[in-house]
Amino acid sequence: MLRYALKRALSLLISLAIASLVIFLVIEVAPGDPASYMLGINAQPETVAALRAELGLDVPKMQRYLAWVGGMARGDFGTSYTYRTPVGQMIADRMWVSLPLALYALALSTLIAFPAGIYAAARRGKPGDIAVMGATQLGVAVPNFWFAMMLVLIFAINLRWFSAGGFPGWDIGFFLALKSLTLPAIALALPQSAILARVMRSSLLDILSEDFMRTARAKGLSRRQALWRHGLRNALIPVLTIIGLQFSFLLAGGIIIEQVFFLPGLGRLIFQSISARDLIVVESVVMLLVFSVILVNFLVDLAYAAVDPRLRSRT
Amino acid sequence: MTLLSVENLSLNIGDTPILRDVSFTIAPGEIVAVTGESGSGKSMTAFSVMQLLPEAAHTTGHIRLNDQDLLSLSEPQLCALRGNDIGMVFQEPMTALNPVKTIGAQVMETILIHTAMTPDRAKEQARDMLSRVGLPPDRFPLSRYPHELSGGQRQRVVIAMAIALRPRLLIADEPTTALDVTTQAQILDLLKELVAEFGMGLMMITHDLAVVSDMADRIIVMRQGEIVEQGETRALFGEMKHPYTRALFEASGHRVDLPDAPDGPDPILAVRNAVRDYPLPRTRLFAPREHHRAVNDISFTIHNGERVGLVGESGCGKSTLTRAILGLEPLQSGDITAFGHPVGPAMNPALRAGLQVVFQDPYGSFNPRHRVSRIITEPFHLLPDPPGGADRDTAIATALTAVGLSPSDATKYIHEFSGGQRQRIAIARALIIRPKLIIFDEAVSALDVSIRAQILDLIADLSRSHTLSYLFISHDLSVVRTVTDRVLVMKSGEIVEQGVTEQVFSNPQHPYTQTLIAAAPVLPDLSHLKENSHVPA
Repeated sequence: MLRYALKRALSLLISLAIASLVIFLVIEVAPGDPASYMLGINAQPETVAALRAELGLDVPKMQRYLAWVGGMARGDFGTSYTYRTPVGQMIADRMWVSLPLALYALALSTLIAFPAGIYAAARRGKPGDIAVMGATQLGVAVPNFWFAMMLVLIFAINLRWFSAGGFPGWDIGFFLALKSLTLPAIALALPQSAILARVMRSSLLDILSEDFMRTARAKGLSRRQALWRHGLRNALIPVLTIIGLQFSFLLAGGIIIEQVFFLPGLGRLIFQSISARDLIVVESVVMLLVFSVILVNFLVDLAYAAVDPRLRSRT
Repeated sequence: MTLLSVENLSLNIGDTPILRDVSFTIAPGEIVAVTGESGSGKSMTAFSVMQLLPEAAHTTGHIRLNDQDLLSLSEPQLCALRGNDIGMVFQEPMTALNPVKTIGAQVMETILIHTAMTPDRAKEQARDMLSRVGLPPDRFPLSRYPHELSGGQRQRVVIAMAIALRPRLLIADEPTTALDVTTQAQILDLLKELVAEFGMGLMMITHDLAVVSDMADRIIVMRQGEIVEQGETRALFGEMKHPYTRALFEASGHRVDLPDAPDGPDPILAVRNAVRDYPLPRTRLFAPREHHRAVNDISFTIHNGERVGLVGESGCGKSTLTRAILGLEPLQSGDITAFGHPVGPAMNPALRAGLQVVFQDPYGSFNPRHRVSRIITEPFHLLPDPPGGADRDTAIATALTAVGLSPSDATKYIHEFSGGQRQRIAIARALIIRPKLIIFDEAVSALDVSIRAQILDLIADLSRSHTLSYLFISHDLSVVRTVTDRVLVMKSGEIVEQGVTEQVFSNPQHPYTQTLIAAAPVLPDLSHLKENSHVPA
């Protein structure tokens, strides 16, 4: 198990190194010079050159890459070109919105999807199954920004249970802050839970037809006991994969939802930085997202091994 | 005293009748074998007794276990009965155990769901049961996972689970079909001992008459959902009143009429000192890779018109050797030449055309979206100048006729054929470009005995009409004995014995060959039985 974890950790580091290089190269070749963009089209060439020197854009690319990576390793993400504030601080501020939102949405999606998927699988072909599958079909099909606006319309404008948008910050208290994230979390979670429920159902159905499920029944377990004791854990592997993918999506992919609810999250930050050619911010946020994707995959790999003993012994 | 009594059991699944008027009894301590070909309803009879049937199933009649009618019980009552009064062992030990639970937990589970025992006591009893079935805890701790055990060991775990509470009735559904002969003999012995020791009734489902002939007290022969004949084993074999029983018996021990091989050395395949290694996963990072030697220094020759058998248990390297002969994988040392040219992954298509193969699985080895004409003409790709138009049609018709099918079958899809017919199509595919050597890789292992007999006859007929040369790979000794001139016995990547088939079988020299032959179940000698069977009655 330890060797498995170390191997996965090593592959995590290698992935990060490759990802940082790719991100740096891709963003460097993107057209648009931040200095001339910041100074406008009428700027004097000397002024642009001075700003380039100030921003450190005049040193060779390799040196800049190493400085960037080295800085990140020390926790120093550099200074934003446009806002002239430390990038690390900007990201940290946004992280305090995006990360809790992603976790909240993921928790909701799992809480909805697991019971729904298990319920449908246990009643395959019966009305309960058909109803759940119909609902998930709808959940996959409805665009989440439209769904988000409906939530605002119903729960914020008509019922006035929640505020329509914005984030007051965690200083006002955990539950009040969480409450302001509830509508966005639901808007993010429902489509994800629809997908997850379908995966859970089909994965369980595959397992239910396995020979060892028949063995379990022959031991005297009822259908329900066999499903809980022998089916669920075996069915988790594909479900974990999807959960990992969904988390990465939830962390960064909420741009539209962040816009609908006026949330100061990572998605908006990256959107603004790209339009302002604030390369250093874009690079750092993308790197952070890549890091979170790779980290989540690493955790999913560890979860696989926890669930399936066959992976632990495979080296 | 009867333990299990089945009376007029009929079973429909949806509108399809599966069983009709099945009646039999099993006494405590008695071994009753239910035998028949696939689709005969023997497994469904077992599942009816367990009441583990598909949802659309409708059962009528009576199934009494100690005067309790199982068909009148509720599902919770049946759950209390399964595992406690009736235990069941399944065919496929590789998949019958939950891969994510330890073997100890799985045996304990049977005990814990039926008794009020504490987990510690249950663990103790699970340990006892695993020792009893030949898995002593010092070598096989309860914390092992199924994937850490071999097929035979897993089957022992399944048996331990089934007998953990000393059920009165044990149902074994083809318990040894997926196992090697030597493992099969051990598992059969274990079952016999357990029946004697616990006084259980054993209902043994099998397609293999030889397996049950020296084990069962009584035999029930089924066909198409009905019992055609049942009786005490010796009497049944002695009389065989029903023609189907006789046909089944004859097909099981079927001997083909193989024409003599042409004389004179004319080597078409030469394997010289072949070595095939597989890299094993690294044990440590940066440690040099270890290798598993799957084929170790093997040499043999096949001459034109010669029929050679290759026998050995699973994992002995048969399949690896086959892939090397077909040129699908490279050798690490030694060489293989076919018709004088070296064989290997880079060999030219013309050489490949001379080597064709027939695989085991008649269901998985065809593309279901292609018509038969396209399937069997696939080897034409290997020819520099493949026949087209009318020549192609003639070739298809000739090949299909040669294997006993009709030329009109060419336009059908593969799902329209039975397993035996599919294997004929596989042979037609191999035959169509007149290869010099055919490799039959377990080509009859998945077939029912009567179909197997027909395919073996077909191979013998084709040997006569086409002067076939082939390498016949099988784990089934009786089949190899009848369709080959010479046999190679393989163990752990090496050929331990080779010689004229009849001589090797009647007078094996190597201890491993002797073990294999001793372990292989044989049908009773009828002439001997007939003399004795009338005495008791």
